[in-house]
Amino acid sequence: MNDVLEIGGHKFNSRFILGSGKYSLNLIESAVKDAGAEIITLAVRRANTKEKENILDYIPKNVTLLPNTSGARNADEAVRIARLARELGCGDFVKIEIMRDTKYLLPDNPETVKATEILAKEGFVVMPYMYPDLNFARDLVNAGAAAIMPLASPIGSNKGLATKEFIQILIDEIDLPVIVDAGIGRPSQACEAMEMGAAAIMANTALATAGDLPLMASAFKLAIDAGRKAYLSGLGRVLTRGASSSDPLTGFLHD
Amino acid sequence: MENQYLIDGKQLSDKALERKHELENCPSSRTDCMTYTEGMEHIESDIMDKVLSEMKEYDYSKYTAKDVLAALQHRNCSVEDFKALLSPAAEPFLEKMAQKAKLETEKHFGNTVYIFTPLYIANYCENYCIYCGFNCYNDISRMKLDYKQIEHEMSVIAKSGMEEILILTGESRSMSSLEYIGEACKLAKKYFRMVGLEVYPVNTDEYRFLHDCGADYVTVFQETYDIHRYEQLHLLGRKRIFPYRFNAQERALKGGMRGVAFSALLGLSDFRKDALATALHAYYLQRKYPQAEVSLSCPRLRPIINNEKINPLDVHERQLSQIIFAYRIFLPFAGITVSSRESENFRNGIVKIAATKVSAGVSTGIGDHESKYSGEKQVGKKGDEQFEINDTRSFSKMYSDISSEGLQPVLNDYLYL
Repeated sequence: MNDVLEIGGHKFNSRFILGSGKYSLNLIESAVKDAGAEIITLAVRRANTKEKENILDYIPKNVTLLPNTSGARNADEAVRIARLARELGCGDFVKIEIMRDTKYLLPDNPETVKATEILAKEGFVVMPYMYPDLNFARDLVNAGAAAIMPLASPIGSNKGLATKEFIQILIDEIDLPVIVDAGIGRPSQACEAMEMGAAAIMANTALATAGDLPLMASAFKLAIDAGRKAYLSGLGRVLTRGASSSDPLTGFLHD
Repeated sequence: MENQYLIDGKQLSDKALERKHELENCPSSRTDCMTYTEGMEHIESDIMDKVLSEMKEYDYSKYTAKDVLAALQHRNCSVEDFKALLSPAAEPFLEKMAQKAKLETEKHFGNTVYIFTPLYIANYCENYCIYCGFNCYNDISRMKLDYKQIEHEMSVIAKSGMEEILILTGESRSMSSLEYIGEACKLAKKYFRMVGLEVYPVNTDEYRFLHDCGADYVTVFQETYDIHRYEQLHLLGRKRIFPYRFNAQERALKGGMRGVAFSALLGLSDFRKDALATALHAYYLQRKYPQAEVSLSCPRLRPIINNEKINPLDVHERQLSQIIFAYRIFLPFAGITVSSRESENFRNGIVKIAATKVSAGVSTGIGDHESKYSGEKQVGKKGDEQFEINDTRSFSKMYSDISSEGLQPVLNDYLYL
């Protein structure tokens, strides 16, 4: 089955986007391999280093870099970080992260729309991290986003699909890939998001805090594949109670 | 038991000694530590009142094991939970606290540990803080690096691989002017990715100037939040003005700084109350300025030149650990720095649980990095240290030690925007 994920004209076979910032650099390569990941995010501010231990040196060359703008507090700062990422040789993809809150790291949707518009015009493949709100998601589409990345729950919380109903609305209404980002703590949660029709999953802390990181990466890969297949196959209905006879209400119709 | 802080240096003139003794013995000879002096900006803020009233009401003897266990089970740690975790009733639950703290640290920071080094560029001081090696009556070798010397020190440190620096001075506006500190920041931007400051508190517009020079983080230690004790410890100089110091972080944020750091110097007063106040200071400020990056330090008193006996009294490593774990559980997103005042063994243990930042290659003296880093004999003058350090590990040793613990050392995670 040819089931590719297309983002801004680029095609990917994997639907697992890997984070890189919270674990040992020497584990990145095996995590990428076991996750089967083709896209890996990295914080531009972490790559802003001189010699030793530049995160860029640890990422396999055949993987697409998705630099993020963490540290940006407004659109202007995000735009500057994105341009710096391009200068650093990180390519044209950018994940916009704009936070005005250091406690929960929740994204600022209005500023994210502004940055998306500017960067899309400059030819970036813009993937905005956002709070799942349909109005802002539509604004992001109009601003030129290549995908949207709603959060499942606060970054690092491993609390799963706290925003499930709202993410479902985005999946139903937005014609871009909806990539569930932040808060996914277990493979089962990733699987559930994929069953709902999410285009891909992004995870970092769930792997970083696992006992065996590469093993957890492979567990996520399997769960994401399973969820995707379930979605494509069309999920059967789930009964809320009891069994059902075949036509309980319309059985009286004989013609 | 009390520390014996008061030492009469032989270099002091009769007149100076007379004044020193008067300040020490006669409270009426001292100024009001709650009244701003000339040139000090007064900002409207209710944070100090909130912190001090919580601290005043805090009776840690009333908490029980039940309160502690409940605090450890709650999804979010409330102020009341935090008070329980700082109480003596929590001491038997140190291991449980460590486990919870470790989980919180991992959620927010993964397994990363940041490394930085302090650089003292001057040790002239106009304050008389009786526990501090730099105090104006202490007989030490004083020095201020000129710009060429600062740049030389920075190049030596940068060569070791360090990318984050914290610039410190003694508190003397006349010897270490704002312009002097600003120039040091500009020089630091050439050699380092991230520049922090730990200098005398200044006004909002002055913080803005320093930010424009390249600094983005400001550390101010309140030392103790107990005003009565503060008054007895800080006898002379601008530092004596408690509220001006307390509001420094807020002025720094208003001046455009990205992050601010807080600390009590543990051992000066009741450490449980001081730990409570330190964390609440950060907590309330972050609520008011949600974009602020906040971090906490947790230094304990150390011996100083001319007074080897100064020690942190009842704050042993177990108590220090309790404070650090409670900080982490209450403020899971905050950075926690553990300085070279603590031993190698302690720091190795604490970075695996709750600390997110350690210093390495540390000198608290002036102009001696080359001799300390290369092992060569000091050429030319050097200025004496602020206090004695304990963990003397170099940058490369710290780096390899952190790595061998399965943690990821991070040299920089910051952009100047």
